[in-house]
Amino acid sequence: MDYYLSVATFAALNVVLALGLNMISGFCGQVSLGHAAFYGLGAYAAALCSVAGVPFVASIAVGILVAGAFGVVVGFAALRVREDFLAIVTMGVGFLFLGVVRKQSWLGAEMGISKIPSPLDKTGYALLAIGAAITVVLLSLHVRRSWMGRAFDAVAQDEDAARTIGVDVAGYKTTAFLLGTATAGLAGAIYAHMTQLIVPDAFNFVQSITILAMVVVGGIGSTLGVVLGAVLLTVMPELFRFINDYKLLVYGALLLVVMRFSPEGLAGLYRRVSGRRLA
Amino acid sequence: MFYVELLVIGLVWGCMYALMALGLTLVYGLLRILHIAQATVFTFGAYIGLLVANRTDSLPLAFVVAALAAGVLGPLIYRLVYEPILDQPPFVPLIASIGVLVAMEDGFRLIFGPYGLSFENNPWFTTTLAFGGITLNLVQVWMVAAAVLLLSAFALFVVRTRAGVAWRATVSDPVIAQNFGVSVVRVRYLNFFVASVLAGIGGVLVGLLNNLVEPSMGSVISYKGLAIIVLGGLGNVPGTLVASLALGVVESFGSVFLDKVLDRDAMAFLFLIVVLMVRPKGLLGGAH
Repeated sequence: MDYYLSVATFAALNVVLALGLNMISGFCGQVSLGHAAFYGLGAYAAALCSVAGVPFVASIAVGILVAGAFGVVVGFAALRVREDFLAIVTMGVGFLFLGVVRKQSWLGAEMGISKIPSPLDKTGYALLAIGAAITVVLLSLHVRRSWMGRAFDAVAQDEDAARTIGVDVAGYKTTAFLLGTATAGLAGAIYAHMTQLIVPDAFNFVQSITILAMVVVGGIGSTLGVVLGAVLLTVMPELFRFINDYKLLVYGALLLVVMRFSPEGLAGLYRRVSGRRLA
Repeated sequence: MFYVELLVIGLVWGCMYALMALGLTLVYGLLRILHIAQATVFTFGAYIGLLVANRTDSLPLAFVVAALAAGVLGPLIYRLVYEPILDQPPFVPLIASIGVLVAMEDGFRLIFGPYGLSFENNPWFTTTLAFGGITLNLVQVWMVAAAVLLLSAFALFVVRTRAGVAWRATVSDPVIAQNFGVSVVRVRYLNFFVASVLAGIGGVLVGLLNNLVEPSMGSVISYKGLAIIVLGGLGNVPGTLVASLALGVVESFGSVFLDKVLDRDAMAFLFLIVVLMVRPKGLLGGAH
């Protein structure tokens, strides 16, 4: 039972992470290759607070705020550089986060932070993570249908045209980064308390790529597709032992195959089969 | 003297980065693809070089075979991975390329084992030369020599030969080049071949320098290579060379002065982010 609970918790956290990235890359068209850095920022900020004796809920709020604040800073960078330049800058943000954390003794350096207080039991974390996932799914569906979602779409399709017709490109880009990274901070804060131990390597480039794989396999831009992608890529390695041993081989091959045959992911397949768009 | 030594070591690494980054920038200049899977070619070259060197005990033969093997793999990646998705938005080939990189890292682990292999006989590693107080081993000397020789050969090729002219024409305008009878597809294969040969040779050199060839050896260098070509102003060859040497020097000084606050591998990206915030099109960007 414990095992299923922990798989469910991770699946829910991955849904939160993947949907956050999808808001930045899918809705607003800003490719980000460093999403794990914000997951890590949330985890480290929340862990430090909890270790210092701050109450659980407040620690989680701090995790969200810190990740979101850094997200806004990176969003400003996205105003300066575009497209391929931005992809490499966000990748750089990920490496910079790790490079800094690894050398700071107050962040535990390579050993990370351990003995993080954990106020909930396994069921509690599973419910919390699933609750967070449902909230983010609703938020994502709402954003997509709102005026802001259309503005994101305009920015994604043609930034200059959007600016010409009066869309506040800078504001919407920064907002997309804020939303996407704050949700990653939420996932990180829950993760830190649940595992009670965080190390820098949990938030490396491979983790960023794993989140990206979930978005891409599900179908970049589609909320339900991304949920499906996140759940599938979390559960699959658990079902097949082989996949767990060669996770990267399978993830890499999946990215390749999806890009080659259905760049719109599962959502694209659904549309081709049913003729309707997946939300 | 210490500073001169740091500078020299930095330039040696800069030459290594140039070998890797030139290929990346060539691919970008022609196809607008961030060819991160170049790391796979690099590691593949290193493994082939190591296997040949350990069988035949001949380093020159190892370099030739590794360069050719890499030269086959690169165009193969183009044909199988990039060609079918060239008309997709840029993130599609980028993600496919990342897919190749991470999958092959596990692939190498599966084939050659997780711990890495060493050269049984690595004379270049143990031979050292002194240049007025600065000691370099023969691998480092060869790194510089290889970079200078290969890049000069490349420059001559591009300026002096018909194929080179066709290449430059294709980079500046593929449609018009095609109308003038240039085979754009052949230029692409040539492009990937050259980029991959450079990466393969770089792989063997880094393998010799660390006396270790391991599955993930290419990835960090390839990430840095991407940082370099962005720094140089994507697709800009002189900019890439300047950025390679600059990064080598920044890393070498940084690993001494910033050691307490920052990991060596993160320095490239700190440098990248700082430069891009000031010059969003890269060091020499905006020149054209």
